[in-house]
Amino acid sequence: MSKIEEGLRYAESHEWVKVEGDIAVIGISDYAQHALGNIVYVDLPEVGDEVEAGEDFGAVESVKAASDLISPVSGEVVEVNSELEDKPEAINENAFGCWIIKVKMSDPAEIDALLDAAAYAKLCEE
Amino acid sequence: MSNRYIPHTPEDIRAMLDKIGVEKVDDLFADIPAEVIFKDEYDIPSAMSEIELRRHFRDLASKTRRLTVFGGNGVYDHYTPSVIPHLLERSEFYTSYTPYQPEISQGTLQYIFEYQSMISELTGMECTNASMYDGATATAEAAFMMVASAKKKNRVLMSATLHAHVQKVVKTYLGFHGVDLTVIPEKDGVTDLDAMKGELEKGDVAGAIFASPNRYGIIEDYTGVAETLHASKALMCINADPSTLAVLRTPAEWDADIACGDGQSLGMPMQFGGPYLGYLSCRQSLIRKMPGRVVGATTDASGKRCFVLTLQAREQHIRREKATSNICSNQSLMALYATIYLALMGEKGLIEVNEMSVAGAHYLHDRLIESGKFTDVYDKPFLKEFVVKTDLDIEAVNKKLLENGIMGGISLGDGRVMFAVTEQRTKEEIDRLITLMLEA
Amino acid sequence: MKNYDKLIFEVSKPGRKGYELPAAKLEADGLKGIPADLLRKKAPELPEVSELDVVRHYTNLSNKNFGVDTGFYPLGSCTMKYNPKINEELAAMPEFAALHPAQDEESLQGALELYYNLQKALSNIAGLAEFTLNPYAGAHGELTGLMVMRQYHKSRGDHKRTKVIVPDTAHGTNPASAMVAGLEVVEVKSKPNGSIDVEDLKPLLDDTVAGIMMTNPNTVGMFETDIVEIADLVHKAGGLLYYDGANLNPMLGKVRPGDMGFDIMHINLHKTFSTPHGGGGPGSGPVGVAAHLVDLLPNPRVVKDADGKFHIQTNDKSLGSISSFLGNFGVMMKAYAYILSLGKENIRLVGPMATLNANYIKENLKDDFLLPIEGACKHEFVFDGLKDKSTGVTTLNVAKRLLDYGFHSPTIYFPLLFHEALMIEPTETESKETLDEFIEVMHKVAKEARENPEVVKGAPHTTPISHPDETTAAKKPILSYKAMKQA
Repeated sequence: MSKIEEGLRYAESHEWVKVEGDIAVIGISDYAQHALGNIVYVDLPEVGDEVEAGEDFGAVESVKAASDLISPVSGEVVEVNSELEDKPEAINENAFGCWIIKVKMSDPAEIDALLDAAAYAKLCEE
Repeated sequence: MSNRYIPHTPEDIRAMLDKIGVEKVDDLFADIPAEVIFKDEYDIPSAMSEIELRRHFRDLASKTRRLTVFGGNGVYDHYTPSVIPHLLERSEFYTSYTPYQPEISQGTLQYIFEYQSMISELTGMECTNASMYDGATATAEAAFMMVASAKKKNRVLMSATLHAHVQKVVKTYLGFHGVDLTVIPEKDGVTDLDAMKGELEKGDVAGAIFASPNRYGIIEDYTGVAETLHASKALMCINADPSTLAVLRTPAEWDADIACGDGQSLGMPMQFGGPYLGYLSCRQSLIRKMPGRVVGATTDASGKRCFVLTLQAREQHIRREKATSNICSNQSLMALYATIYLALMGEKGLIEVNEMSVAGAHYLHDRLIESGKFTDVYDKPFLKEFVVKTDLDIEAVNKKLLENGIMGGISLGDGRVMFAVTEQRTKEEIDRLITLMLEA
Repeated sequence: MKNYDKLIFEVSKPGRKGYELPAAKLEADGLKGIPADLLRKKAPELPEVSELDVVRHYTNLSNKNFGVDTGFYPLGSCTMKYNPKINEELAAMPEFAALHPAQDEESLQGALELYYNLQKALSNIAGLAEFTLNPYAGAHGELTGLMVMRQYHKSRGDHKRTKVIVPDTAHGTNPASAMVAGLEVVEVKSKPNGSIDVEDLKPLLDDTVAGIMMTNPNTVGMFETDIVEIADLVHKAGGLLYYDGANLNPMLGKVRPGDMGFDIMHINLHKTFSTPHGGGGPGSGPVGVAAHLVDLLPNPRVVKDADGKFHIQTNDKSLGSISSFLGNFGVMMKAYAYILSLGKENIRLVGPMATLNANYIKENLKDDFLLPIEGACKHEFVFDGLKDKSTGVTTLNVAKRLLDYGFHSPTIYFPLLFHEALMIEPTETESKETLDEFIEVMHKVAKEARENPEVVKGAPHTTPISHPDETTAAKKPILSYKAMKQA
């Protein structure tokens, strides 16, 4: 069984968001890392890139699968977790402790459209 | 009916049908609408025995002419060491599929790793893939790589000095894919670098593609080109003849980001246009944008060194429409060809091949100029191929050469004609070519 | 031999060489006239080995490989049939191997005749008007065929047709080829039996659709029985039908794609027409089209004039060039030889016997393996893993265990319709005895899975290597000998 962390918001495409003021901290869920298997590479955007809610901003790859990273919110990338370049397996080890990018949100209301932990748990069960 | 390639006896068929539980073979096709079933006879000849097949091929062969070749234009009559076809006929190599099961494909995986290593040595680039279809398609894929790594830029520059057939394929690929392509004009037989700089000012260029040697055999000077491109955040790609890379400045030494080209010059038979291979090399930083198969080294459960297909998450069978390319094969057996060729020749052999080609080409060139009937078109350094101009009727000259078993120079129009000389051409053959041309 | 583990670079010894060139007769003034700035500075590190070193090395490598000549190769979707020896010999004939592609047509007539005859034979076998032999492989053929599709709409001024419909069970190359050709992929759903859901297709067919890509039989080996209706619907909506020829083998002698309503198709000569797969290539992927699309085929083409002379021709309506020259001629020679060896009589046996072989295996194994789709399959079929799911033995385990018994693995985890897909394609060149041996081994593996699952899960046990670490390979790619030394 994969874990789900309370207090975060979730996208149906399995990204999580932690809101810190106007910054959205984004990672992928434990369910997603589990489905992918051993992650070998994370394709990261650059700081300063604009992202749109629902558009991909990168990708995570395992040996035999790949998944686009879909941004749950719109805004500007203000930080990327460059540690993932050398240590992509950190996501497998602790999906919720391992953020991928931080976005300065242009429309914080977009958060409201995301799932809460309970709704996401239900999605994963389906 | 029976055939040497289909082993079913009537008893086999009966027993198999009984197991399946149907009356006749046609019952297995009962789901197909009757209106689409093919009931006519095929319009192809009746089955041939080996004896008849050989006779037919000999008949066709009698309608071809094997010539002493002085044409090039991207396909060169280099020598094929005898060892290569013998080793390629090992059926464990040629009757195997893509090495998807690494446990029983280490032979294929290892020679691809060796191929990648050798091509990387020739180009000076860090990474090489397992090969593409040909030099032209590899160049088109290189253009896609440049666009993919540039993110928002969607224009590629291509020098007019690339071989015409390469330019045509790049144009088709980029046109359909929706990438803008601008041809940088040529000036005195080389890329007009001022024109390139003008294009860069528009700020939308992902990269530019050049040739070495170029379509006229000229070795272009790319001093400062990579610097200029990189300053505009654009990449540099060089399409280089791999045989010449033993002696000519490499794409890496020009500070290019991608190298590509056709492997034919590595001793492959000309075979009326194929199969050859396209090689594709790049900097480490571009590896995830690279199309096609890649083999990597790793270890097995017992710690033994072994080889596997790797970085597969870029590829079509996983990424589908988001893959770096639709390519789903490599010219594997031709990669083995190139590998064995490079192993046999080594650096020294390849240098000798180039030195002999240079000597032959310059001998021919100098005699033609001395004759007074040919003049230089471009005063530029060349290796095994060059262009001269003449008032002679080239078509008539080539016809006469053909009657004498010689493929003459390739006509480029306006009295320009292009000759290529490889290590296979002897002084006597060159002298004979000259004599025949001059008395025409 | 299995223990041989050197790279050619590790056999190298300074001063050795594996070649000899004639002594130079011409005044070789080094690389005369070439400025130093244009010359290579740093020498390439290529091996220095004797001829025998090379021969032993690559012979040893070949011993670590498995080919069709080694044993049964039931790889679904890949049509691993026997590669006749005579074809290799004919393709190597120097009269053809030494031809330069830019030679005068006069000196190429025999090669052009062969090329033309193959175009004609394929057209007849496919039920289409004309073929181009330029594409180098199946995926290259798909790309070329989709370019024809786009060019057709463009030539009619119909610029809004930018979508191509692809079934969710399609080969991965289909959507990837569409992407390269600049088309947007729209997925059409499959019914539980793997065939296209016509009701799901109908609403997708609007005036933005360029066409549909299908393979028939589809990727689960079942014939798309609604094909006539589908063709009619797509044509009425203004689209074209593309036939992915990867699964053409069972149709030989039974159905021609053109007669089913397809407008464009590619054929994998390395599947249907027995040319060797060569460890991944070179292949050849000719593309055939219906009469109204002939002018759009890529340049150049080979044509025959009224006097029976053959010519290399280009035309302005063509979509352009997709290959340097006329394609992989050496591969075409082998396919041509194969078609002539079968002849019009025996080519009729190919589809039926391939289908008979597949059904025979399926019926024999469905007691131990889960058969998700009942009914007569064509050249291949899919099991959804072992029937008994309690053992924890996966399709991957079964595939690897087969290697221990001297068989190549079937295709696994494709199509994506099933979790534990195991796709088996025997081809018509295999005898009942070979199939019986395979069936026996598959039963044995199923029995092992029940009684001694660990032996299956730990497989393979007898191969030169076992359980390569693919994760590390992908995480820290080592792609050359130089990188290996530095690692």
